Amino acid sequence: MDHSATHIHRDDTASKIGMWLFIFTEMLLFVGLFLVYSVYRFKNAEAFHLAAEELSVPIGTLNTIILLISSMTAAMSITAIQKGNKKLTLILIGSTLILAFVFLVNKYFEWGGKIEHGLYPGSPYLQELGHGDTLFFGLYFFMTGLHAFHIIVGMIVLGFVYHRVSTERVHSTDYVFLENGALYRHLVDLIWIFLFPLFYLIT
Amino acid sequence: MEQEKHHIVPYKTYVIILLTLVVLTIISVAVTSIELGALTVTIALLLASVKSVLVLTYFMHLKFDQKIFAIMVIGIFAIIIIVILITFLDYYYR
Repeated sequence: MDHSATHIHRDDTASKIGMWLFIFTEMLLFVGLFLVYSVYRFKNAEAFHLAAEELSVPIGTLNTIILLISSMTAAMSITAIQKGNKKLTLILIGSTLILAFVFLVNKYFEWGGKIEHGLYPGSPYLQELGHGDTLFFGLYFFMTGLHAFHIIVGMIVLGFVYHRVSTERVHSTDYVFLENGALYRHLVDLIWIFLFPLFYLIT
Repeated sequence: MEQEKHHIVPYKTYVIILLTLVVLTIISVAVTSIELGALTVTIALLLASVKSVLVLTYFMHLKFDQKIFAIMVIGIFAIIIIVILITFLDYYYR
């Protein structure tokens, strides 16, 4: 049959379900870490309280807002592609990438500041401070680090999306690749929404 | 073949959601800077939950996609809440 030869099978719902299932595994990974954090906090309340005050709330807030804006531009890019506006789609994906990069730059300076003050896993200063502080900064570096790693992966994924949009392999009638990329980007946002109050705000 | 209908979300909706999220962030920063003891944790986590619901519903399109996605997400959050609850009960009553 001529028709079946030209027909390319596509199932957008299935591919989105696949993306969501992957996102669920990521959520469970971070829930596990949140549990570890909560239990250690419960057991070392005083040390966690003092250690959390070391983190800069203004930088954390700024990074939260940067992340939220880049999440919005990612969401908006779907509207843009549905309307067939390729140029705007590319601008919006580009802004998401740039803002994600700005987030990482901020994170770099934040981590740099901590490390300069001798606060890094296994540092002699932390060992002096004791068990609770070691746990807090261990978890801080591991969880924000894993989150930053997800941002980098998200940037790579959206980089591919950008390329596919510009070569018109992703367009107004076939954009599930963009949708899945954006879903991943929002997952990073969801994780940060809980990381931020747990590490920076609850002191 | 059935034609899937796609709801096109207006740009304005996203801007409103972003502004709400930013306002909620600022509120949670302001509230947690006041010493409220155990209440601080509750308020901060409550605001974070509201924010995550907004991200899931609007940014992640749960409101506009097929119901199956929302059902799956509700299911996984039920599991997450049960796991957290059991762990906390265990540690609290040790």
